[in-house]
Amino acid sequence: MNPESPNPLPHYTEYHPRWYRRPVSTYWWLGSWPYVRFILRELSSLAVAYFVGLTLMQIYGLSQGAQAYAELQEWLRQPAVLGLNSLAFLFAVFHTYTWFNAAPKAMAVRMGGKRVPEWAVAAPHYAAWMAASAFVLWFLLRR
Amino acid sequence: MAETIQLEVTRYSPERDAKPTLERFEVPMRPEWVILDALNYIKDKVDGSLTFRWSCRMGVCGSCGMMVNGEPKLTCATFLHKYEGKAVRVEPLRYFPVVRDLVTEISDFMRKLKRAKPWLIRRTEKALAEGEYLQTPEQLDTYKQFSMCINCTLCYAACPVYGLDAEFIGPAALALAQRYNLDSRDQGAEERMLALAHPDGVWGCTFVGECTSVCPKHVDPAGAIQQYKLKAAMHWVKSLLKPGT
Amino acid sequence: MPRTSNDAFFWGLFSAGGTVAALLIPVHLFLFALAFPMGWLQEPTYGTLMDIVRLPLVRVYLFALCSLPLFHWAHRFRFTLYDGLQIKHLNEVIFAGCYGSAIVGTAVAGYLLWTI
Repeated sequence: MNPESPNPLPHYTEYHPRWYRRPVSTYWWLGSWPYVRFILRELSSLAVAYFVGLTLMQIYGLSQGAQAYAELQEWLRQPAVLGLNSLAFLFAVFHTYTWFNAAPKAMAVRMGGKRVPEWAVAAPHYAAWMAASAFVLWFLLRR
Repeated sequence: MAETIQLEVTRYSPERDAKPTLERFEVPMRPEWVILDALNYIKDKVDGSLTFRWSCRMGVCGSCGMMVNGEPKLTCATFLHKYEGKAVRVEPLRYFPVVRDLVTEISDFMRKLKRAKPWLIRRTEKALAEGEYLQTPEQLDTYKQFSMCINCTLCYAACPVYGLDAEFIGPAALALAQRYNLDSRDQGAEERMLALAHPDGVWGCTFVGECTSVCPKHVDPAGAIQQYKLKAAMHWVKSLLKPGT
Repeated sequence: MPRTSNDAFFWGLFSAGGTVAALLIPVHLFLFALAFPMGWLQEPTYGTLMDIVRLPLVRVYLFALCSLPLFHWAHRFRFTLYDGLQIKHLNEVIFAGCYGSAIVGTAVAGYLLWTI
């Protein structure tokens, strides 16, 4: 196939009967540890969505009165639900960890003509996380 | 150190084979040898039909990229003794069609590289009499890392999005586009935007990050892409607030 | 001026949601899904909780906490389906399903927090 030919080339590599195209398995993400870590990171978004669902359920429970809310709390104590919530919590923390480690990549912060090292960009994120968490704890536990 | 080491090398002759197979070779284990030396030994002494690309043998030309035990590597920069005690599987770079043996078809990459317009684009040329375009060391520092790319396509072999999506431009092309976007002498950021700020451009990237892990020149294409995403997102917000930006 | 892809908007939303989720979800999940139900920490009484939830600032806070992370999930899950299951040909369905769910969730959050 002559690249200089007048016909515009397609966007993908042309079909050529002699080139062997290796198929990509549906389980490509099991192929290496970095790939597995990547998929786990992406799946942490399910924990995020789950949290929103749980929160909405709790807000709804609040709106339905003290009795309804108490029943919801009782439901949350069930072992299966507790297990699920613990898993969600672990994934939520995993999301935080991977998010703060990814953020410095998107921000090329330069100070004094040199690039600020990645840990120095990640550190304020962790500090903000501690501060925000401390504030929420204080706000809810102070009474 | 053992006397020899086993290599399992992909063989594929399109005239003869329906699909690639692995052929075993026994190769001397020399402490200073790299995988490329082992392959050249096979070609010289065992089977002259073994076909593979190589050139500088010192990690600057980008020709000798192959999968070594499932990882994209420059075979001229990977020591044989690291694999002592196990068989070394040498296969063509992943996610590219195989032409023959260890040779991949990379014209898809070449086309996509062109779309990134990896050259200095000027809207207004300086008159020759005015002298050269000057650049401070600081200005150089903003893009220098991305200029180290040797087009070895190891990052393409590491990127699952490139493997899954035929249209994705890929890490090196995006990193090189960013190299020019950040170059103070360049005025072509807008021209490159069409290819970059596109679902097949940066928005196709899901930041797996393996491209950066395997890059032999520490270009950090993942970093280049995420930086571009942030810039593009901020640009989108600005263009919303100030139409015509 | 070339028109840049709308993906920039969705990525921006994904980023905002991801940051909110990273900063606030762990502590909220810990308190409301683990510590309070299990009694590890003293939960505010029902009355106090209702007072807190009804504060205008808290309503806005909770709305952001529920809405933005949903859009983070929508964006990320959309790409997980493309790459993980290789079903990119169902592009429109996936797009509508993911962002549609996020919009529905946002609407539910808005309604609940407005009326409580």
